[in-house]
Amino acid sequence: MTNAYLPGFLNGSIFTGPTKIACVPGLSCYSCPGALGSCPIGAMQFVLASREFSFSLYITGFLVTVGALSGRFTCGWLCPFGLFQDLLNKIPFRIKITEVKGDRYLRLIKYALLLVFVILFPLFVLDIAGQGEQGFCKWICPSGAFMAGWPLFAANAGIRGAVGFLFAWKNLILIGLILVSIIVYRPFCRYLCPLGTIYGWFNPVSLYRFHINESKCEKCGTCQDACKLNIPVFEKPNSPECIRCNDCIHACPSGSIQKGIAGREHTVYDIKT
Amino acid sequence: MDQNHRTNAVIPTAIVIVGILLMVFGIGRGEALLVLMKAIRICLECVGIG
Repeated sequence: MTNAYLPGFLNGSIFTGPTKIACVPGLSCYSCPGALGSCPIGAMQFVLASREFSFSLYITGFLVTVGALSGRFTCGWLCPFGLFQDLLNKIPFRIKITEVKGDRYLRLIKYALLLVFVILFPLFVLDIAGQGEQGFCKWICPSGAFMAGWPLFAANAGIRGAVGFLFAWKNLILIGLILVSIIVYRPFCRYLCPLGTIYGWFNPVSLYRFHINESKCEKCGTCQDACKLNIPVFEKPNSPECIRCNDCIHACPSGSIQKGIAGREHTVYDIKT
Repeated sequence: MDQNHRTNAVIPTAIVIVGILLMVFGIGRGEALLVLMKAIRICLECVGIG
């Protein structure tokens, strides 16, 4: 819905309307031809990289607001790149890995990427004009390569003529992630995404939260078995890694996992028959 | 709603208010316009040109 400017895909151009003053909650590149809003991580880097500001009140406020409202709900339900990885993981393949070896340490990568590429690069890696470098967008972001790079490369001759090493590098990361996503559920969200990292900090304190009914929970571990991110939901219902996909709620045999909004508990009924 | 649930709602509500205030201050000092100026031009870093 936030990438609905269809003429952009045909013309190889991007939307230039005023709605781009606002950020969208998910990791959605503002140079995607269809984008109607801005990417909060891209916008954060650009503000930090500017000569005018060394801290972004606007984007920090946006991230705090979205995080405090719903934590990583955005990751599970609103992020286009998350959806892309979901679809890739549905491709049938002999091997599907839920428990990744070294998972605990691999999860630290996203914190390093947030600190180094999203914050330090724009502030301290400067060109001769004093403009900072948007490290994450430039060197890492596979969402930008997929949502902006591919469509613009296909439809814009000027872009096609200008690509070089960086385009190849970013596509190497993207293609690697595409292949891994078939085997491992959402590898980018798990190990690389700085936006999900920030939203994850709010999972334990957001208005939208999970709650375990201790009197009903038998600690059978069915929730963890159902969780594609291998989270022990019965112990950590508001883990920073949880993307609120609700698989655990549907799987729980005793109905012990409840969603809560503004402190009110709502029992979830599985409408699947 | 019992006391515990009220407390659970107060903290995130306070954080949301802080977030909104930050956004308002940020918009007031021109950050949003800066974001718009960036977003309406093709981001060469994002595409992979540099």
